[in-house]
Amino acid sequence: MSFGRRTARLTAASLVSLALALATTACASDKSTSKGAGTGGGASIDTSGSSVKVGVLHSLSGTMAISEVTVKNSVLLAIDEINAKGGVLGKKVEPVVEDGASDWPTFAEKAQKLISNDKVAVTFGGWTSASRKAMLPVFEKNKQLLFYPVQYEGLESSPYIFYTGATTNQQIVPGLDYLKAQGKKKIFLVGSDYVFPRTANKIIKKYAEANGMEVVGEEYTPLGHTEYSTVINKVTEAHPDAVFNTLNGDSNVAFFKQLRSTGVGPDRMPVLSVSVAEEEVRGIGPDYLAGQPVAWNYYQTTEGARNSEFVAAYKAAYGADKVTSDPMEAGYNSVYLWKAAVEKANSFEPEAIKKACDGVAIDAPEGKVTIDGATQHVYKTARIGVVREDGLIQEVWNSGGPVKPDPYLKEYPWATDL
Amino acid sequence: MNAFMNQLPIGLSIGAVLLLIALGLTFTFGQMGVINMAHGEFIMAGAYTAYMLQDWAGRQAVLVALPVAFVVAGLMGLILERTLIRRFYGRPLDTLLLTWGVSLVLQQVARDLFGAPNVQVKAPTWLVGGGAWLGIRMPYARMFILALAVLCVVAIWIYLARTKQGRRMQAVMQNRDLAACSGIATSRVDQRTFFIGSGLAGVAGVALTLIGPVGPALGTYYIVDAFLVVVAGGLGRLQGAVIAAFFLGLLNSYVEYWSDASLAKVVVFAVIIGFLQLRPQGLFVLRSRKLT
Repeated sequence: MSFGRRTARLTAASLVSLALALATTACASDKSTSKGAGTGGGASIDTSGSSVKVGVLHSLSGTMAISEVTVKNSVLLAIDEINAKGGVLGKKVEPVVEDGASDWPTFAEKAQKLISNDKVAVTFGGWTSASRKAMLPVFEKNKQLLFYPVQYEGLESSPYIFYTGATTNQQIVPGLDYLKAQGKKKIFLVGSDYVFPRTANKIIKKYAEANGMEVVGEEYTPLGHTEYSTVINKVTEAHPDAVFNTLNGDSNVAFFKQLRSTGVGPDRMPVLSVSVAEEEVRGIGPDYLAGQPVAWNYYQTTEGARNSEFVAAYKAAYGADKVTSDPMEAGYNSVYLWKAAVEKANSFEPEAIKKACDGVAIDAPEGKVTIDGATQHVYKTARIGVVREDGLIQEVWNSGGPVKPDPYLKEYPWATDL
Repeated sequence: MNAFMNQLPIGLSIGAVLLLIALGLTFTFGQMGVINMAHGEFIMAGAYTAYMLQDWAGRQAVLVALPVAFVVAGLMGLILERTLIRRFYGRPLDTLLLTWGVSLVLQQVARDLFGAPNVQVKAPTWLVGGGAWLGIRMPYARMFILALAVLCVVAIWIYLARTKQGRRMQAVMQNRDLAACSGIATSRVDQRTFFIGSGLAGVAGVALTLIGPVGPALGTYYIVDAFLVVVAGGLGRLQGAVIAAFFLGLLNSYVEYWSDASLAKVVVFAVIIGFLQLRPQGLFVLRSRKLT
């Protein structure tokens, strides 16, 4: 069957507009913020029964499901463990799991639903900065708490968010220190085209300027991009000593697979990643990543009895072939940190918890983790690791102890005008 | 000059990937008027076939998977055609909605079967790495895909031009009613066309495991670009698809080299929109005796 001229034109036009719509979804939704209808502040939490509800809000479908499902799993694991030991303040913790669907406005809507319908005492959730930025006004307006478990670009501090992943001075700056110590002078920046890589790279450029390093190139690709030959061509032509990689999600797979075919290995040009953890290594294939450095606060191989316990419990719950990673561990810690803060405050009320939170500490799989009351970020140990042949990550350097969170990089003279 | 030469194989290989994906669409969209959004999920099915075969074939899974994926994806296409699409012939925009729904379902099925995280297919050792020829970098995996695309085009051309079934297929697409009157079982030809078109998507899926991730959303990255190739090439025209695929691949790689990836996508869209204003029916027009 062949088309008439009209139909062809119509079909072509609809396809092109569909393509444009798909291509611009990411940017468009970045800008949207929540205007979720709600109670307008001070929604009450329900602690009357023998249990207390908590929200678990992650993408269980869509492009981010790859990463966020594992965090949801570890949050639920922590809740189960806590319930088995009697709960929090004598109440069982009852998770209400919601799907953010990799769509930032949905995160805001679901957050509002958890607060006003389910009357949860706290919400654990989010991964992308866009989802956090969408949820932020909802939690601030309702004066309710969110625990956010993923490393991020810093330069933020909301009174109703607890940031249990790394901020820049606990991950990116140690990563740069590591490259500098290795004598790497010329750095190429490769990142996905959205808020985290762009902000991170701004920081990296400032750092490079102050530390005698040179940024010899900077490339951004759309989220979900899979054609990296041209970017790799540009990288190799610039002859950098190292690449700083802030790509997110699936793009890493394509990037590392295609990089491997150029024959430039980690000994000549290491690619330091800040968004590639054990789960991602499995998806990319250790073949393509062995020897590449990564910067995080936790690895499955991190030594300590508490971590052995965590890894064993996770594998028992979700399968022996599963791996644990930094964001999962931070999600797991979030539940325990919340429990410790509630117990210190002897109350589920957000204001009481905020007042009591400073100095609340737990013995986490990564080591001691302490809440800094001033910023509501946590003290975390910075670690550099190298991907092993078996897909796990071997620590090669650590900061020796927990690093004070500094989301605005106030303690770094080179970062004054960020 | 060196930069120019280095981008050449990259552009050709992007074109080859687009062509492999667009070949199947050239049949189902171009010839049968079905906008098959589930084509992307047939690609995904092909990729997962290679993943499944790894247990048995080890590192050579990619080679073993090529014919298997063709059959697996082909059968999926056949089932889709028999159960749903045949009720929608002649209504292209309805098939778009229908198959889009099917594609969402298939993605979720894949997520339930294989899990949300990406899985990996190990390439045969001789496809890892690359060589240089006259100072131009040639990744082996890319060269393999290029060769595969050429092979598929040749095979299809032979099928269409030299076999009885292929000629029947052309007859049906040029004038369905007349073909039916001449004793061709058009419904059987439809099934065969859909089988081949979908099967080619499976082959493309296996090829994609060499360069990128294998995940439930694999097909969605490529489906729109592949439609652009088919539309720009002229619906149902093999030579149009070939030229459009390599042109878009080269355009993409050169624009990206001198700007960045986001801008390259914008430029490609803009060029196609402009081109379709001048030639709404694409590069090549099907000559037909049908009154439309």
